[in-house]
Amino acid sequence: MTGVRRTRRGVVVTFDEVEASLLRHLVGEVRELLVDGEELPGPAAAAGGLPTDAELVRMTGLGAPADPDTPGDPALARLLPDAYRDDPRAAGEFRRLTESSLRRDKVDAADRLLATLPGDGPGEVRLDAELTETWLSTINDVRLALGTRLEVSEEMTEPDPDDPDAPAYVVYLWLTELQGVLIEVADG
Amino acid sequence: MSGTLATGAGTGTATDTQQDTEQDTDVQAAVPWVTLVWNDPINLMSYVTHVFQKLFGYDREKATKLMLDVHKRGRAVVSSGSREQMEHDVARLHAYGLWATLQKQ
Repeated sequence: MTGVRRTRRGVVVTFDEVEASLLRHLVGEVRELLVDGEELPGPAAAAGGLPTDAELVRMTGLGAPADPDTPGDPALARLLPDAYRDDPRAAGEFRRLTESSLRRDKVDAADRLLATLPGDGPGEVRLDAELTETWLSTINDVRLALGTRLEVSEEMTEPDPDDPDAPAYVVYLWLTELQGVLIEVADG
Repeated sequence: MSGTLATGAGTGTATDTQQDTEQDTDVQAAVPWVTLVWNDPINLMSYVTHVFQKLFGYDREKATKLMLDVHKRGRAVVSSGSREQMEHDVARLHAYGLWATLQKQ
């Protein structure tokens, strides 16, 4: 199991043989989920031409209007929730203006985690206060996506080993423990 | 919320930079918008408490009380102010993965 300890220079997370590659895979999947449907930089940039709208949005942070509808995928809807509960019009307007930037922030956080993750095999990573926040929120995004897919509830008990969801649930519990220990060490 | 790894109420030392609107009815009357956080089965109790401290500067005691309100009552008002301020708070809470909405008080 992953170890987490506090040192004078930050929080140190130690991974065994498979954990870093597992985390890389999971964060990569959520990253794909968040990027999907978003405009990516077109060939104009590669050719040195004028930036595309999507690139301008990235550079300026002034968002291109996003789709005002709540995402149909429940996991994505949980990552990008409605800001107004009983006012679909206000929720749509808020989403149109802010969803791109929320997606971008989450993708950037995922990229920062991936950049700090040690290579496959045993290894460790040292996190300062800011990176600890990045790790916490990104691991939480993975738990939200996975937990939504597994339809996790507060009363839920561990699925039967023969259940097709059992392996994913074990991964979910591992992430839960990693996040919990990380918080305990960071706030302790 | 998932409570398996929740840490209990401790003696936090973070400074409380937010006005405690629960005790200040004059401020509350003047600010018609609130940010609500809703209970969900995935976010850890310790994580929700951590986020309230980080985003709002609440001390651990106040953050824990708000987290328990969310957990037991299904939701809690975590901040109040202008509509623009609440939209900002909701966006920051969404970045952390909390289920937050804003509405008129």
